[in-house]
Amino acid sequence: MTAQADIGFHARRHARWHAGEIAFWLLALACAFAFPSRYLIMTEIVRLGLFALSIDLILGYAGIVSLGHAAFFGIGAYSAGLLALHGIINEPLLALIVAGLGAAVLGFATSFLVIRGVDLTRLMVTLGIALLLEALAERYSDITGGTDGLQGIEMQPILGLFAFDMFGRTGFFYSLAALFLLFLLARRVVHSPFGLSLRAIKNNPLRAAAIGIPVHKRLIAIYTLAAFYAGIAGALFTQTTALASLDVFAFERSADLLLVLIIGGTGYLYGGLIGAVVFRMLQELFSIITPQYWQFWIGLVLVVIVMVGRGRLHRWVLWAPNWLIARLGGRKAAVAVPETEGP
Amino acid sequence: MTAVLTNLFDGIAYGMLLFVLACGLAVTLGLMNFVNLAHGAFAMTGGYVCAVLVNQFGWPFFAALPLAFISSAVVGIVLERLLYRHLYTRSHLDQVLFSIGLVFMSVAAVDYITGSQRVFIKLPSMLEGQFDVLGVGVGRYRLLIVVICGLLTATLQLVLARTRFGSRLRAAVDDPRAASGLGINVPQVFAFTFAFGCGLAGLGGALSAEILGLDPYFPLKFMIYFLIVVTVGGSSSITGPFLASLLLGIGDVAGKYYVPKMGPFVIYTLMIVILIWRPNGLFGRTAMR
Amino acid sequence: MFVQARKLSRWMLGAIAVGTLALAPARAEDSFKIGLILPMTGGQASTGKQIDNAIKLYMQQHGDTIAGKKIEVILKDDAALPDKTKTAAQELIVSEKVNAIAGFGVTPAALAAAPLATQGKIPEIVMAAGTSIITEKSPYIVRTSFTLPQSSTIIGDWAVKNGIKKVATLTSDYAPGNDALTSFKEHFAAGGGEIVEEVKVPLANPDFAPFLQRMKDAKPDAMFVFVPAGQGGNFMKQYAERGLDKAGIKVIGPGDVMDDDLLNGMGDAALGAVTAHIYSAAHPSQANKDFVAAYKKAFGNRPGFMAVGGYDGIHLIYEALKKTGGKTDGDALVAAMKGMKWESPRGPISIDPDTRDIVQNVYIRKVGKVDGELYNVEFETFEAVKDPGKVKK
Repeated sequence: MTAQADIGFHARRHARWHAGEIAFWLLALACAFAFPSRYLIMTEIVRLGLFALSIDLILGYAGIVSLGHAAFFGIGAYSAGLLALHGIINEPLLALIVAGLGAAVLGFATSFLVIRGVDLTRLMVTLGIALLLEALAERYSDITGGTDGLQGIEMQPILGLFAFDMFGRTGFFYSLAALFLLFLLARRVVHSPFGLSLRAIKNNPLRAAAIGIPVHKRLIAIYTLAAFYAGIAGALFTQTTALASLDVFAFERSADLLLVLIIGGTGYLYGGLIGAVVFRMLQELFSIITPQYWQFWIGLVLVVIVMVGRGRLHRWVLWAPNWLIARLGGRKAAVAVPETEGP
Repeated sequence: MTAVLTNLFDGIAYGMLLFVLACGLAVTLGLMNFVNLAHGAFAMTGGYVCAVLVNQFGWPFFAALPLAFISSAVVGIVLERLLYRHLYTRSHLDQVLFSIGLVFMSVAAVDYITGSQRVFIKLPSMLEGQFDVLGVGVGRYRLLIVVICGLLTATLQLVLARTRFGSRLRAAVDDPRAASGLGINVPQVFAFTFAFGCGLAGLGGALSAEILGLDPYFPLKFMIYFLIVVTVGGSSSITGPFLASLLLGIGDVAGKYYVPKMGPFVIYTLMIVILIWRPNGLFGRTAMR
Repeated sequence: MFVQARKLSRWMLGAIAVGTLALAPARAEDSFKIGLILPMTGGQASTGKQIDNAIKLYMQQHGDTIAGKKIEVILKDDAALPDKTKTAAQELIVSEKVNAIAGFGVTPAALAAAPLATQGKIPEIVMAAGTSIITEKSPYIVRTSFTLPQSSTIIGDWAVKNGIKKVATLTSDYAPGNDALTSFKEHFAAGGGEIVEEVKVPLANPDFAPFLQRMKDAKPDAMFVFVPAGQGGNFMKQYAERGLDKAGIKVIGPGDVMDDDLLNGMGDAALGAVTAHIYSAAHPSQANKDFVAAYKKAFGNRPGFMAVGGYDGIHLIYEALKKTGGKTDGDALVAAMKGMKWESPRGPISIDPDTRDIVQNVYIRKVGKVDGELYNVEFETFEAVKDPGKVKK
């Protein structure tokens, strides 16, 4: 086998659907029927998962760190809210896409600022953009409702058929469907030659440029796509909760997002989804134990993850499955390789 | 006209305060290249130590100020030895996550210990109120801030430029390997500098309680201001962040006075523009290592 | 290749998640559950803590069994974010099967929970949020805090009567602040007063100095101030530092700025500030003296008006449950609450049977020294004030 054919073989093998992935989605769907009383919290997880998927696209695949991803979430949220509030687009599905495109436009515009410079500049610029938008939303309180948020949003039924109900059943299936479709798209993208070129850029931008990859264009493209995803997540937030307030832009939202992705692991798409489940469960657990001081324990989790090292931690988590695989199959190929440290 | 001068004075005092709060970060972020978002937590520590000493143990304000410095510095050096030093070589993402974690922990811990209401430090009566200089209202307390911070800045500049320690630090920052080859104990220099920066933040926290208010959310609320000072000011010297703080302080006060509704908008825009235009800061070196 | 093992790790995590979700508690028939949703973290945390404390105190004093039902309070933190309020409320109603929801630190939070209360047919007791419209959003909402128009209109009238002609206003830019501003302006202007300067301050605002300088330059007789509970201390400090007290500019406003739990830290600059409000820790009644003493003993500081809102809220639930004889049906409870009258630490209060809003005395108070500590000393009483925001309609 030539080297090229070998790479192609592996790339295709990765791109194929595995039984585990199908099981994952079936499990997600099963949750919907197993816990009919918890739609709101599950919707929250789905939304957070989509949002984390969005940052995984830029952090895990392209190596762009961001402290202000909430900017796009917020734009999506306010767009969807304003569209519904003023009856501009009554069909939620259409409004969802428009809101996502709005965020994508912002992502495209700001990508030129973000892809320049080193990590530190990127962190500051992304953070600055999110804060700027928050300040703007507060300034134009006649449009956005300022600190009180948009009041009185009423959502029309999806496709004129499915009305949003009080306990979030429609909202959950709607969000889950959106997540699944966007996940399929993301999966297609990262396994395409385009996605592979992004990995090359992440590993070494100089070398990637040397083999003829248009580094800047690729980064702009993925950043815009990630912004679109985040915008959809934000629009889902507004549509399922009928709320949009200044906190959609908050720093805490962006910070939590990084935590979610780090818990789940970067660069394999499922990280954000798993991270969202674990993070929300942790948060729920801590706030049951201590409603006032749960932040302390979340902070501790973060510190421990970093101190122990993400790679080492994942190795520990994967130890049991590895051992099992080794016992059952005895196949060397199945032994886990933890992800590398650093973006 | 007097309003302009009063605002200018307020702005300078505010800027000086920001400088004392943030200059420790200029060292960790600018010189040691460590993204420490938890810097505000050290400032908060100093503020609370001062508040407890003054309000509950009846210490005089001026006696409690040095204690604020010392306690923050001690906390700083303990954390540096235990945790921070392992992360100097890690990626920025790890550093960001770690320090956000610390911020969350400090917020909840302070909330647990002292409660979430704002804390004030009882000032000696000589520091209260305003006096007029040629019709310009000058706040006594703000004047005190300007004096203390001015002295500190001058001393810092002297220490960095003229003393042996200053040259060691600069050498350690410029090229840690070469510096340790010359027999400079680089980790020690870093640890000491880190602790000193934390101490300054603690002092700043104690001084700022009167003006900015002190509550457990202090580190989160002012994080962005500290970051702006450092990233805009650059890190080549003390003067860069100092000028940036003054600009920020005056800009913030003037913005609120003349265009109350635009407030933070102006500042964030300026920050982004400057970062794009000169990624190493307004007064930074042209090339960062 | 690591995909295989990752898959399994996913499985494991999924299993953990399922396990955690399944930990739904069983419901006991003879208990009465109250879901308490408060901001325990974030900028409004002090509000949440006061209310939580007051409820703990009340339950200590009055036991936890009423009409054969054991009262159980489940506390949830919403960090004053409406989407979290909504999720928490749904969790409480559907999974925990609570019989009432209570708390609500800010207006958007109270509004977000309103449709759930309607749908779930359970009472929603608003213990803090003070915007007028809240009670109109669901027939199950009952309020035990206050509305801002209640105190703002009265201070407006008082200012005109007492020779204040020119007023500059400084209010926080959100719904309660705007409520306070409009109702004050209406009454003050109707009496012939003039607003010379109007500044709205962002809610998350660190430094009041520049705004205060504007106030000073406008040279009014007094300034009307509304900032939410918790920010008053900072404001007064800078008011004094700027020398507005020396310039003869008085502070008037609804009492939020002079919140009791911060008042003593404000220093002598607060002396003489006149505010209209529903509660002062110096209210001269036996009920209040007992309340303040017990609260101080239990938590080490003075209760503010938020604590009283919580104290009265839990009292209302207790009494309603007594009245229904342990019937936990939401409609019966709300019906029992309507028109209920009692003596609260703040004075005599009742629930308006038509609007389910609170009817209470509004006091004009002046900050003065009592036993060396600063207190709001009441000197004029407006009895049984209904929410002016609704009387108009």
